[in-house]
Amino acid sequence: MPETKEHSSAAEEAVERWENETLKPALNKKPERKSNFQTISLEEVDRLYSPADVEQIDFDSDTSFPGEFPYTRGIHPTGYRGKLWTMRQFAGFSTPEETNKRFKYLMEQGQTGLSVAYDLPTLMGYDADSTLSEGEVGKCGVAVSSLSDMEVLFDGIPLEQVTVSQTINAPASVLLAMYLVVAEKQGADWQKISGTLQNDILKEYIAQKEWIYPIRPAMKLVVDTFEFCTDRVPRYNPVSVSGYHIREAGSTAAQELAFTLRDGIEYVAWGVEAGLDVDRFVPRMSFFFNAHNDFFEEIAKYRAARRIWAREMKSRFGSNYERTLQLRFHTQTAGVSLTVQQPLNNIVRVAIQALAGVLGGTQSLHTDAYDEALALPTDKAALIALRTQQIIAEETGVVNTIDPLGGSYYLESLTEKMEQEALEYFRKIDAMGGMVAAIEKGFPQREIQDSAYHYQKAVERGDQVIVGVNKYTMTDEPSEFPILVIDESVRQHQLERLEATRAKRDQGAVSNTLDKLKLAAQKNENTMPATIDAVGAYATLGEICGALRDVYGIYEEPAF
Amino acid sequence: MSNRKIRVLVAKPGLDGHDRGAKVIARALRDAGMEVIYTGLRQTPEMIAAAALQEDVDAVGVSILSGAHNTLCPRIVQLLREKGMNECLVLVGGIVPQEDVPKLKEQGIAEIFLPGTSTEDIVKFLRENVKPRE
Repeated sequence: MPETKEHSSAAEEAVERWENETLKPALNKKPERKSNFQTISLEEVDRLYSPADVEQIDFDSDTSFPGEFPYTRGIHPTGYRGKLWTMRQFAGFSTPEETNKRFKYLMEQGQTGLSVAYDLPTLMGYDADSTLSEGEVGKCGVAVSSLSDMEVLFDGIPLEQVTVSQTINAPASVLLAMYLVVAEKQGADWQKISGTLQNDILKEYIAQKEWIYPIRPAMKLVVDTFEFCTDRVPRYNPVSVSGYHIREAGSTAAQELAFTLRDGIEYVAWGVEAGLDVDRFVPRMSFFFNAHNDFFEEIAKYRAARRIWAREMKSRFGSNYERTLQLRFHTQTAGVSLTVQQPLNNIVRVAIQALAGVLGGTQSLHTDAYDEALALPTDKAALIALRTQQIIAEETGVVNTIDPLGGSYYLESLTEKMEQEALEYFRKIDAMGGMVAAIEKGFPQREIQDSAYHYQKAVERGDQVIVGVNKYTMTDEPSEFPILVIDESVRQHQLERLEATRAKRDQGAVSNTLDKLKLAAQKNENTMPATIDAVGAYATLGEICGALRDVYGIYEEPAF
Repeated sequence: MSNRKIRVLVAKPGLDGHDRGAKVIARALRDAGMEVIYTGLRQTPEMIAAAALQEDVDAVGVSILSGAHNTLCPRIVQLLREKGMNECLVLVGGIVPQEDVPKLKEQGIAEIFLPGTSTEDIVKFLRENVKPRE
């Protein structure tokens, strides 16, 4: 017979009985290995989770069924039985020619989507021939300075059929314009092409720090892409709200969850403010999370993310449209967890992290290569990373049933805890006036720095073990390890290409389109049409971003 | 022995914005009682050398993860020496392939700290290698 909940419930009494009768004698005989057990986010974990920990969680309203509000168990009624996740390996290095070859190789190996990594000059809106680009051309990704580079990058890749994700933020509207012009030249219909632009400028100020303009005009550029894509490229995802970089910068799992979703809410609010209809643009927003080492904490994070997003879209923006409420996300395994020491161990880390992403119901996945703590991946390492996903999909059986860990006392309790921690951060950020205001105050930046420091100290104390780094180390480790080397000839090659592009274009058209872009920016009009015209006239990335720098100015980071 | 605290400039050259390491190191050195100045992001070698001179530091800690170390780090050493800062140590931390380490040392980099280094090792290195001043 159910007890009234005045003091302790039957479930709690049952735990108490177990503790007294079974646990205590065992502890008296032999104490546990340590006095407390923590997740990698340094959150304490209880010894045991039982029905007492999930009493507050209501199945119908909190957990529910896949494809039903609040989508804790997934957005698809058939999970991976209907469609597997997209295996989307992030790739890009050296010249557009080299990266084009790698793309074709990955697709021949069964990869189902493409994802472009750009080099640092491109990420910062500089051309290969800028003095600031010295030493960096083609190093961290592929170098793209103009439409000519983009044409080579996607040569022979049909953009109407293949979905392409582009990791680009501050100059995202320019790279989107280049992509659309290349697609058009291929004869692709903009109404049919799909893909994703990262275009998440908020996390740049918070974590990755590849910014150009001050926050508010940068947000305006993001809203321009929302507006343009909603009308003209309706199947394209113009933003991928990213927690990945927040986590890599040192946040905890709960901070990654909270700041990412609050960034998402900020974009929705700015879109609504600009007059966009929530149920037309939010369904095309996507998310991007990290998959770190703490297995259950990560799975709880993804489940909580779906639940929070559905509830917030309903409560803050009054949406009842299924596609607005459903959070879709990409996952990448944690680059920061990879070790230089005993690098083959990274294959194991990546496999476990990827499994967490899959058990969390990710829509697409990138698995890191084992040599990425040293350099960009070699062909061999990149292939093993892709094969890891294929093994999870085809051999482990975890895809056979939906949300297989749902109902676990620990996981459900942790999902609930994650949600509460995120909501607590939302209250703080809302009180500051929203995420843009919180970033201007340096709030999320400081929270992340503190977490990064505490984690480093925990590693140095040995509380957090990293195999091969602070435990099970080897002194006679073989140091010879083949890595991908990008030499300075890449810069020379790109300089020649850029020179040829500048020589053959119509200079009048370039100045004319750049002037029109500046005017659109000054008059606060949508900048996308003018950007597309400038790109089409072969104005370079550096010239286009330079024009916008003239109008908007540049961002200055608050002092450390 | 002078009572002067060790002064360190923590610098981020190049276009890369990944500053987790730089900020963790800056805080760890401060906690160890050193005076730390952080340059902020996207500093050219010229800006870093000028800041080192102006702040009269004993060491410059360069954080670099982008692969541009062979271009940027020796240039910082060269500029410091041109400014007469012959005792100023230049340390590098970040993603540097093993085979680049001897080349960088030949060009005057005092030490290269690879991923997985404890902040305590860096504190120890500075205490042992910074020459006490009058």
